[in-house]
Amino acid sequence: MKPYLREKTSFSFAEVPSDTSFEAGYLVSKNAGWRSIRPVIDIEKCVGCMQCYLYCPDGVISIENNKAVIDYDFCKGCGICKKICKINAIEMEAEKK
Amino acid sequence: MKKFLSGNEAFAEGIRLARPAIISAYPITPQTIVVERLSEMVECGSLRSEFIHVESEHSALSCAMGASAAGVRAFTATSSQGLLYMAECLYYASGGRFPIVMMNANRSTALPWNIYGDQRDSISQLDSGWIQAYAENAQESLDLALMSYYIAEKTSTPFMVNLDGFVLTHTYEEVDIPDEEQADKFLPPYETDNKLDLDDPKNMAFSAGPDYNYIFKFKEHQALLNAKKIIKKAEKDFAEIFGRKYSGLIENYKTEDAEFILITIGSIAGLCRKTVDKLRAEGRKVGVVRLRYLRPFPTAELVGSVKNAKAVGVPEKDISFGNEGTVFTNVNSALFQGKIAIPSYNFIGGLGGKNISHEDIENIFDLIENGAERVNFIGIEVE
Repeated sequence: MKPYLREKTSFSFAEVPSDTSFEAGYLVSKNAGWRSIRPVIDIEKCVGCMQCYLYCPDGVISIENNKAVIDYDFCKGCGICKKICKINAIEMEAEKK
Repeated sequence: MKKFLSGNEAFAEGIRLARPAIISAYPITPQTIVVERLSEMVECGSLRSEFIHVESEHSALSCAMGASAAGVRAFTATSSQGLLYMAECLYYASGGRFPIVMMNANRSTALPWNIYGDQRDSISQLDSGWIQAYAENAQESLDLALMSYYIAEKTSTPFMVNLDGFVLTHTYEEVDIPDEEQADKFLPPYETDNKLDLDDPKNMAFSAGPDYNYIFKFKEHQALLNAKKIIKKAEKDFAEIFGRKYSGLIENYKTEDAEFILITIGSIAGLCRKTVDKLRAEGRKVGVVRLRYLRPFPTAELVGSVKNAKAVGVPEKDISFGNEGTVFTNVNSALFQGKIAIPSYNFIGGLGGKNISHEDIENIFDLIENGAERVNFIGIEVE
């Protein structure tokens, strides 16, 4: 399952837990602003082997309908998924400003 | 049961009674014996705990964090360079609110290389978000081992107990060891919601951006301040069960009518008290305050003890190069907050294990009575 941000995005002082542990998806900020190149998956080529899913250091790749999907809200553009993809189904493209 | 134990051994007995589920540590002089004794206890079965041999101090505390995140009690111990190597993880543990207990054997830091006792290692970590206590003798070491878990778990804050290297870790004294039944009554098993749980899965030890980070840090600060109350409660419960009383964040000795007071930490306090007795016999009004805790800092308590003094001196075994002793900085902040406008003098000594003698302490009392430099180095005459 693709991790997701919840609809509730604003927390009051009292709602913020004292420890850094909470139900997943809350209290998380989008974090991808420094990405200069983005991985783009060729859905036709992707065979859903899950190698990119396993190697992604940020855990932003999920498998949907047997195809890899990237969460661009958190992908930092490191390119490890492209490097690990044996069938060259991933290309790195420049981020357009 | 009474036994003849070193500070390290007494602390190991306290940890045995606290029943941590895991112990992960890397040996370093003068801490080695506490983990040696604990590994023997695990081997012979008197302590049912997982002893993890790690390859570094960084891993030792990381391991302890993993265990704490799994919801169990964890223990580690280190000293000097080991504490500094571990430093990154100290902030992780406090930010993650993992109530880990660590024993630190106070030792000098390189260079020049030196294995003897001073307090520059732990003092450098005052800002890492850990509770910091300084024991004076072996009995207090054992008792702090038990109380530290009580206080850490009720405040979700890790706890560092400091023992002066060699002077305390390797000195043998008669120590009363409580029985397991009493210890279990004082310290029931650890329970927390801050753990990995298949039935209640959570995002743990996550990042928080500028929008929430400051709230986490504020709550961490509040927990440290709140620890003052918890420490009092721990000592009250402890006295009821074990019959031994402790005096909270500070320990006063003949301060009530004292005009000249020394404020210090750790095992040197005993020497200061002996000197006070000698000078009192000569008719001088002198006293000692031992700061048992540096975090949370006992501002109000200290102000109460020195408010009628004419001058105070802070002998300490550390130096913040380019400024002054860090205990001194903290003490002056407390004096300022208490609107106590009296001279205060700093005496840096004992670095790299250099002995501090009766005569040194007597000399310090003379200097604070007659005036001295603001920051003085014991044994060094500067033109």
